[in-house]
Amino acid sequence: MQNPFLKRILLVVALFWGIGAFATEKRPAGEDKEDLKTEIKEYINHHLQDSHDFNFFSTTDDNGVAHHYGFPLPVILWDNGLQVFSSSKFHHGEEVAEVNGNYYKLFHSKIYKTDAQGTIEFDESHYPTNVRPLDFSITKSVVMMLITGLLMLLLFRSLAKSYKENQGIATGAGRFFEPIVLYIRDDIAIANIGEKHYKRYMSFLLTIFFFIWFLNMFGQTPLGVNVTGNIAVTSALAIIVFFITNFTGNKTYWKHIFDPLGDGMPWYGKLIIYAILVPIEILGLFIKPFALLIRLYANMTAGHVVLMSLIGLIFIFKSWVGGPLSFGLSFAISLIELLVALLQAYIFTMLAALYFGFATHEEHEGDPELEHL
Amino acid sequence: MDKLVNDFSAGLFFWQIILFVLLILLLKKYAWGPILNAVNDREEGIKDALAAAENAKKEMQNVTADSERLLKEARAERETMLKEAREIKDKIVADAKELSKAEGDKMIAQAQAAIEGEKKAAIADIKDQVASLSLEIAEKIIKGQLSAKDKQLKLVEEMLGDIKLN
Repeated sequence: MQNPFLKRILLVVALFWGIGAFATEKRPAGEDKEDLKTEIKEYINHHLQDSHDFNFFSTTDDNGVAHHYGFPLPVILWDNGLQVFSSSKFHHGEEVAEVNGNYYKLFHSKIYKTDAQGTIEFDESHYPTNVRPLDFSITKSVVMMLITGLLMLLLFRSLAKSYKENQGIATGAGRFFEPIVLYIRDDIAIANIGEKHYKRYMSFLLTIFFFIWFLNMFGQTPLGVNVTGNIAVTSALAIIVFFITNFTGNKTYWKHIFDPLGDGMPWYGKLIIYAILVPIEILGLFIKPFALLIRLYANMTAGHVVLMSLIGLIFIFKSWVGGPLSFGLSFAISLIELLVALLQAYIFTMLAALYFGFATHEEHEGDPELEHL
Repeated sequence: MDKLVNDFSAGLFFWQIILFVLLILLLKKYAWGPILNAVNDREEGIKDALAAAENAKKEMQNVTADSERLLKEARAERETMLKEAREIKDKIVADAKELSKAEGDKMIAQAQAAIEGEKKAAIADIKDQVASLSLEIAEKIIKGQLSAKDKQLKLVEEMLGDIKLN
């Protein structure tokens, strides 16, 4: 009897705590809201970008001094020779880092070369015009990639080992992942590439599926990583798909691009049509992976923006209605995002397999698109 | 688009490619290869086991069918053997009967022939004895009749008379 009662009291106290906090707010409400909006917007923008230190959270104390909790990461620059130093030198973008007589400053998570005062010059569209040295830093995203890669190695190594130890039956976490591996093999690789060639692509397809999925899932954690929502990451993945597709493309694949009509038309007829058709086919080569990279980037970025905006609404509304509503909404969106995390990994893998299918498709096999309808 | 280009980080791109390719190679060697092989082996094993079970079932059916067939054959064979034996018995009996009859007939015929021979010999013997006896009797009679001369003449005359008559 006493316990539920105590809980209720605590709940009521907790609920009124917010009101008390609101009452002690010093700044006027209108101005505060505008400030807050820009702050949230900047925070979201900052979060979407890669970062040179691994920050868990930051607080601002009563004197307006920011405290950051996390750890610095190594910065590796190519600027007239290799420059390696710790990102703690930037003091979270607040100070100019001086290394071997060069001055660097962080601006919107990017490193610019600057002078001792840290001047940043802007062009008309508010982009800095300072020199950006080649930045090979181990950033937060790189750290997350390393962690994900390590996790995958451990996880799937243990799955591989469990087969040997348990007479060909997976144990532990492998029980969960084995059906997914089999699904990718049977319903993505074999279905799109065919029995004959699928084995060559299995390693890539499995790696990319789990890599994207795990990184998407990490993006859902409060760690605040957004690796798959980074255009450089998705470009790299898409370019790998592009190279694999075109390097493994067979005769039929190239014939389909440069001679799509085949014997269906005499050469003088082809001449006119091919002037339009072949450039389109060649463009298609690049559009396919480009669509891959934009789709993943846009989906993950949009998800993060929506989710963080909804969470930000809690701080803007600061009311009895707005808070729970935002919480409910962001909770619902979180659930959808969990699905999207899986879905985007699936779509990327599926489309990559489809492109590989085009590349290895042989003439007598019939149309791969029609085969699997 | 400006934002996209501005956000693009060559370093991250570089690391992504390096790490990802490395990850593929490592996973291929240590995870995907063994996993896919193990799964493949297992599937092959299941397939083989199912096929073996199916085969065993078929063999089982074959064996049952075989044994039934054998049983039927054995039964038929027994029937024919019994039948043959009966036939052989009948034949032997019939043969024996025939043989003994022929033998008997032959013996009877021999006996008859012997009897006939004996009879003929006896008759011939009797005939000889009768002839000699008749001769002796005739001699004695003739001796008695021809003891006188007239009687001899009378006889010659009688004989000549017979010849004339003839």
